[in-house]
Amino acid sequence: MIMRKTFLAAVLLLAGAGLAGAAETRHAAKDIDFSFEGPFGTFDRGQLQRGYKVYKEVCANCHSMKQMVFRNLSQPGGPGFSGAQVQALAATYTIQDLNDQGEPFDRERIPSDHFPSPFPNEQAARVANGGALPPDLSLITKARAGWTGTFAQLFYGMGGPEYVYSVLTGYEEPPAELASSAPEGKHYNPYFEAGPWIGMAPPLSDGQVTFDDGSPNSVDAMARDVAAFLAWASEPKMEERKGLGFSVIIYLVILTLLLYLVKRKIWTKVEH
Amino acid sequence: MGGHSSYQPKSAFAKWFHERLPIMDLIQGQALDFPTPKNLNYFWTFGGILTMMLGAQLLTGIVLAMHYTPHVTMAFDSIEHIRRDVNYGNIIQKLHANGASMFFLAVYIHIFRGMYYGSYKAPREILWMIGVIILLVMMATAFMGYVLPWGQMSFWGAKVITNLFSAIPFFGDSIVTWLWGGFAVDNPTLNRFYSLHYLLPFVLAGLVGLHIWALHVPGNNNPTGVSVKSGQDTVPFHPYYTMKDAFAIGVFLIVYCLFVFFAPDYMGHPVNYEMADPLKTPAHIVPEWYFLPFYAILRSIDNKLLGVIAMFASILLLLVLPWLDTSRVRSGTYRPVFKQFFWILVLDCLLLGYIGSRVPDNLFWVDTPSHEGGFALTNKLVGQIATLYYFVHFLIILPILGLLETPKPMPASISEAVLAKNKPALPGHKAAVPAE
Ligand code: HEC
Ligand code: HEM
Repeated sequence: MIMRKTFLAAVLLLAGAGLAGAAETRHAAKDIDFSFEGPFGTFDRGQLQRGYKVYKEVCANCHSMKQMVFRNLSQPGGPGFSGAQVQALAATYTIQDLNDQGEPFDRERIPSDHFPSPFPNEQAARVANGGALPPDLSLITKARAGWTGTFAQLFYGMGGPEYVYSVLTGYEEPPAELASSAPEGKHYNPYFEAGPWIGMAPPLSDGQVTFDDGSPNSVDAMARDVAAFLAWASEPKMEERKGLGFSVIIYLVILTLLLYLVKRKIWTKVEH
Repeated sequence: MGGHSSYQPKSAFAKWFHERLPIMDLIQGQALDFPTPKNLNYFWTFGGILTMMLGAQLLTGIVLAMHYTPHVTMAFDSIEHIRRDVNYGNIIQKLHANGASMFFLAVYIHIFRGMYYGSYKAPREILWMIGVIILLVMMATAFMGYVLPWGQMSFWGAKVITNLFSAIPFFGDSIVTWLWGGFAVDNPTLNRFYSLHYLLPFVLAGLVGLHIWALHVPGNNNPTGVSVKSGQDTVPFHPYYTMKDAFAIGVFLIVYCLFVFFAPDYMGHPVNYEMADPLKTPAHIVPEWYFLPFYAILRSIDNKLLGVIAMFASILLLLVLPWLDTSRVRSGTYRPVFKQFFWILVLDCLLLGYIGSRVPDNLFWVDTPSHEGGFALTNKLVGQIATLYYFVHFLIILPILGLLETPKPMPASISEAVLAKNKPALPGHKAAVPAE
């Protein structure tokens, strides 16, 4: 019995130690609330539309989103643009195609085309950004964890969207002892995973993007919106997954309960 | 196999078929009537859970293979295509990825169950050894499967692990080149891993067949470790254990699905959502959680060759476990001292897992870098002690303990143990057991 208790205590301690780990200079992401958190959370359509606007007008100048196709924008569970809106949106970009003579020409994009990338290749992107590579943002909220810790990640999620928000709003004056050694063209951002120096100048400023419905456009509001949009983009079928998950769990719970009752009934006849 | 069956073909067709292929007889004898100790606890349901998981991995894997492209420039995008465009693809992909974790969770419980109840002892040595080989094949399968999405951790994990073979004297580098199919982890590596990842699960299925065959010769062990003495000790497998296993599988599926649907990325590494880049080393290269204890053993020894040997030895050692344990008492329930050491071993393995996930030179627990000079209790040092203890447990403690320990008095039979458990107030009272 004592052994068993020591064992349990040790397991809990071990698991807890994960929480204590990491975080020296790097800050854990700010744990802001999003509508899509938790088992029942869904996206806020308006927020996704605003977030797409921020991406399109600001981030898309440097960051590609190679996994994204325009039609995704009208897919269920997404920003909820209409088919016609998406068609018009796609048509504002061109793509090189071949005509029936086999000659290249530029045509308007259609909903089945991918989002355009700002740079033709990695080298061009680096040259334009002082040597730093702006990563593709299609999966950025899945490819980064906002915090560490066995339990923190289980209960609060991996924190990817919070990470993006924190990087966007996390620019600070460098501490005095670091200021003198600031690398050329870099900015101090303790939330950046490979930081604290980041090659991206603060991309957002208050009032930069105007929303048709007059929604707030402070840096904080825009950072939330674009983080939500990127979270959706990293898994456009999140709502479908959670909805189906809910039915699957209910089904399994009922089935398991019935199995338990059958099993108990069968075994009452046997001493075991 | 066979021999227990009461199968009687009922129709003329059944009789005709039976004379040509007595498979119904086999099923009835091995899966329905099979006499099974009536006192098995829920730890005995994990074999069934594992069989179900193997089926689940095969099923989801075959569907994934219909949409996956094994090429270094397309593999990563094809996984995204599955997650984004294939109907229910995001769920099938997560079922498979989390399924591997759940499979290992179940197999570790299954193995420690065997260790606690002495299921590896005579006459079940071959059953146990087939189990160890299954474990090795599972590990190879999981390792190669993890490479397929061609993310950052896929690539760097493959590179680190295949590089281990370069520690082999004389032939090391040639072996690594041979494994890679070239001079780097590249397209040929990905292709052969895909081929083997598709093949090995079927090898596993065959091994599981042998495993169950070897189980059905002596029959199941049980929590008392006392062999079955009479028909009173057993119940037919069906419906007693089919229903108990089905219930346990239901509970297991609920846990599994909670991860798949509500925390699908919890068990994985975020950086694997970034495509492999041979020029960009991730800050920490960490294997999946189920390999961490072995990774800790590997890293606890500075000499690469010895580290590799220790890592493989930690698993191969299990092959001879039946002969390292000198006690004739099977079940840990009747071995008061062994029981304590068993739980210490469990803790030791958890500790190794924790160490495997940490930076070796950081201080233990607080996990901040240790400063130069003086003694420091680093993760690495703790890992070394835990590694040493792992081997001491099997090579020194178990053999000696069996000779020194005085076991507790054991029940004469399973039925007696069951009676004693259910009627503690009336020791010595022996009611007839209603055998149904
Ligand atoms: C002027 C070009 C530019 C713009 C505009 C820009 N970024 Fe960046 N971004 C970069 C560069 C360059 C990096 C890489 C920094 C480094 O590696 O030091 C970066 C890095 C990032 C990172 C950190 C990625 C990581 O590796 O963890 C995030 C998140 C990010 N950008 C999001 C955004 C968002 C969201 C926007 C739009 C609001 C945006 N960026 C606009 C150039 C830009
Ligand atoms: C794919 C993986 C595996 C499958 C599907 C599997 C399946 C099973 C099944 C169905 C049983 C009977 C039910 C039970 O006792 O739980 C069993 C028993 C057993 N397995 Fe496994 N097994 C696997 C892996 C292993 C491994 C890795 C080991 C040991 C290293 C192992 C050792 C044993 C032993 C010793 C028994 C007999 C237990 C007893 O009767 O007390 N198995 N296995």
